[in-house]
Amino acid sequence: MELRKSYFADQRTDDLHEIGQPRPRSDSPGHVTGKTAYFADRNFPGMLHLKMVRSPHHHARIRSIDTSEAQKHPGVVKILTAKDVPHNVYTILILIQIGPEDETVLADGKVRWKGEAVVAVLAETERAAQEAAAKVKVDYEVLPAVFDMEEALKPSAPVVNEYHGRNYYLYDSGECRKVRFGDVEAGFAGADHVLEQTYQSSPIEHAPTETTGCIVAPEGNDRFTCYTNTQAMFFTLDNASIILQMPGNRLHFVGGTVGGGFGGKVDVIVEPIAILGAKLTGRPVSFIYSREEEMQISSPRAAEKVVIKDGVMKDGRIVARKVTGYTDAGAYSRHSPYGAQKGAGHYPGPYTIPNVWIDTYCVYTNRTPSSAMRGFGVTIGDFALEVQMDKLARLIGMDPLEFRFINAYRDGDIKAHRQPTEGAALIECMQEASRAANWPVAEKFMAISSYAKGA
Amino acid sequence: MAKIPVQFMLNGAEKAEFIDSGTTLLNALRDKIGDTSPKGGCHQGTCGACSVIIDGELRLSCLTLAETCNGAAITTTSGLSQGGVLHPLQRAFLDAFATQCGFCTPGMLMAAKVLLDHTPDPSRDEVVEALSGNICRCTGYEPIIQAVLTAARSNSQNAA
Repeated sequence: MELRKSYFADQRTDDLHEIGQPRPRSDSPGHVTGKTAYFADRNFPGMLHLKMVRSPHHHARIRSIDTSEAQKHPGVVKILTAKDVPHNVYTILILIQIGPEDETVLADGKVRWKGEAVVAVLAETERAAQEAAAKVKVDYEVLPAVFDMEEALKPSAPVVNEYHGRNYYLYDSGECRKVRFGDVEAGFAGADHVLEQTYQSSPIEHAPTETTGCIVAPEGNDRFTCYTNTQAMFFTLDNASIILQMPGNRLHFVGGTVGGGFGGKVDVIVEPIAILGAKLTGRPVSFIYSREEEMQISSPRAAEKVVIKDGVMKDGRIVARKVTGYTDAGAYSRHSPYGAQKGAGHYPGPYTIPNVWIDTYCVYTNRTPSSAMRGFGVTIGDFALEVQMDKLARLIGMDPLEFRFINAYRDGDIKAHRQPTEGAALIECMQEASRAANWPVAEKFMAISSYAKGA
Repeated sequence: MAKIPVQFMLNGAEKAEFIDSGTTLLNALRDKIGDTSPKGGCHQGTCGACSVIIDGELRLSCLTLAETCNGAAITTTSGLSQGGVLHPLQRAFLDAFATQCGFCTPGMLMAAKVLLDHTPDPSRDEVVEALSGNICRCTGYEPIIQAVLTAARSNSQNAA
C-alpha cells in the first residue's frame, strides 16, 4: 500500500504508525478455528422452537383465527396471538420520537403485507412447531392492495396503514422532507440546457449467510437473557422493553459476532415475541428465520424512485438541481422515514449548486416493509446522481471527470441544507483516481484543492 | 419416537449418541455433540456453511442424515488445528484477511482442505471451482482464493 503524503500535508502530523501497516483482525483466530460464538451456537435443555403463521395475502381483514387444531398437535406448548402481546402496536424509531406507532407485533384484525406475522406457535421441536403452524386457521377477507408508489399517492388508492391514515409519512414539514436553496426556477430559466431524468430501483435483500434470530433463556432471578444477532443491541432492548411493558433491567441482551448483517438486522422483530414466549412458558425459546423467511420476510433495502432535473451551462457549471425522491417503506415505517429524510440532505450530491429544490417522500404500499441497508437513503440516490452527472457531461460535450471537478464542493461552500462544507476531499480523490485509472484531465484540475480557494 | 444409536469418529475422537430418525448430521453435531463449528445458513444445501469432511469427501451436513454416518470418520473445522498449531489453511486465512463475519469460514476451510488433500498444487481455476458451493456474503472471495493458493504453496514448500 502506498501513502500519498502530499495531500493535506499541512493538516496533519507525519507520525502515522498504524495506517498502511497490516494488523491481524482480532476476531479471525476464532473464525478459522470454529470457536467464534454466534447466537445460535447456544443450546439449552428444554428449549422450545417458535414458528410463525404468516399472511398469505398482501392486504386483508382478519375475520377470525382458530388455533384449536394446532393446539392439539403433539409437542405444541403455547400459541400466541395479538391479545397476548402487552403493547402490540409499536414503531422502532419511537425511541427518537419518530411516531406514530404503526406496526403490530402480531397482526390484529388486519394484515398489510404478504408474510406478516399473525400467530406464533411454540413447540418442543422445530418440526412440531412447523406442522402445528400449518393447522392454524385464519379466515381472511381480501382487500385491494397497492404496490406502486405513484398509485399509492393517488387519492383513490386504498389506505395501507390506518395509523398514518394516508399513504405517506407526514413530516413536520408536511407530505415530504423539503430543502429549498436559492431560486431553482430562475436557475432553469437561465441555463443553457435542462435535463430531467427518472431513475428507479427494486428492493434489495441483504441475504446474510446467518439468518436473523435469537435464543431466549429465562433466568432464576426473573430476568430473561436474549442471545441475538441484532445489529442494534440497546435499540432492540429498549423497544422490547416497550413492547413487553417490562423494565429494561429484566432484559439481559447478549450480542457478539453477527454472521453478516449489512443493515438487515437492525429491526426489532424476533426478540420481543421470543422473550414473551419464554415468559409465558418459563422455558428457553429459539426463534430463527428459515432461509425462506430471511429472503422473503426480513426488510429489504427500499425500492426508490428518483426524478432529477438539472440546469447546466455550456461551461460545465450546474446552476439548478431539482430532485423528487420516493422511498417505498412497504406497509410500515421501520427506518424508512429516516432514510427518506437522509436522502433530502444528501441529494445535491458532493457538488456546489446555487439553486436547489428537494422533496423526498416516504410512501406506504402493501409490500414487505423496507428498512436499513448500507447507506440507505443515499446509495440509490448516489447511483441516480452519478448517472445523471455522466449524462449532463455528455449533453455539453465535456469529459465526465472534468465536469465533476468544475462542480465539486470545497471546504467553506454552503450546502443546500445550509451547513458549511468541512473536510471535503472530493477533488483530491478525483485527482488520485485520475492518476490510478490513467484518465488524464486538464492540468488546472490537478492543481486545485478542496480547501485552498482559488484556481 | 424411538431413538436410534449412531457412532462415528469426530476429529479423531469416538462419539456415540441417541438421535431421532431423520436428524441431520448438522443438527446432531451442533445440538447433540456440541461441535458448533459447522454453521446452518440455509438448511437446504445451497450455502455450504455446514460443509464437513466425511471419509475424505466434502459433504453438506445439513443434507446428510446422521444415521447414515455410522462408522464414518468425520472432520470439522474445530478439528483442523493439531495441538494448538494452526493448519496451513487456517494460518493463510488469518494472514490473507480471508475472514470477515466468519460465518462461511468453517465451510470454506472444509472445501479448501478437501481440494488440497486431492490436489496439493491447484490452479486458481481449480480453487474457484472447489469453493463454488460455498457462499460468502461479505464478498471476500478474492482473499479466500488467495489464502487457499498461499496455503498450497506453503504446503509444497514444507514437503520439499
